Amino acid sequence: MPSEIDREEVQRLVAGGAQLVEVLPASEYREDHLPGAINIPLAQIDARAKEILHPGRSVIVYCADSA
Amino acid sequence: MYDYVHGKLDWLAAGLPTEGTNTELPRAADVARGDVPTCALGDRLGEVWERVRSAGWNACVVVNEHSVVLGLLREKELEGDADLLIERAMRPGPSTFRTYVPIAEMAEYMTKHDLVNSPITTADGKLVGLLLRQDAQRSASGTQRPKGNER
Repeated sequence: MPSEIDREEVQRLVAGGAQLVEVLPASEYREDHLPGAINIPLAQIDARAKEILHPGRSVIVYCADSA
Repeated sequence: MYDYVHGKLDWLAAGLPTEGTNTELPRAADVARGDVPTCALGDRLGEVWERVRSAGWNACVVVNEHSVVLGLLREKELEGDADLLIERAMRPGPSTFRTYVPIAEMAEYMTKHDLVNSPITTADGKLVGLLLRQDAQRSASGTQRPKGNER
């Protein structure tokens, strides 16, 4: 289970080299995403995560909100 | 692995920088008027209307001591009985909108729902400004995306 973190922790981890992954559809990612985030839509995450993400760095996933 | 549970909307609401096509477009907070008059629940309507009118406005946002929006007075309410307390005269709990909403979406929504103005607030309800429909429409008409990139 991923650990839940808040905005301040996101900033701290990203400054330390963490990878940001937006799991929303590509159309929403194109409009707005956090600086440096990459897009892996949720439906593709199992298939693509290994090929895209660096295994030695922390990963932060996010969607629109907590709903 | 970490989960940023409050997500992108929390980031946007905090006014932090983003990347993407929307960053080139104005948002609600860019167009809202921050100099809108405000008043408190315990004020009297006559005094408020006088102050609002002399400032060149016909609307006033009712806020508490933390600038949290409680109500709205448009011209119709402001023209009521001068002795009325604001809490009796106002429209309570008006629809508020977040700072990051693209202005084209605001213009469309305000037109569709016939809103002449709408308070723009932070995620915790604090007033940022009042967005006038005419301002939203004017701003949106200059920022339409090319066809094919619309929702």
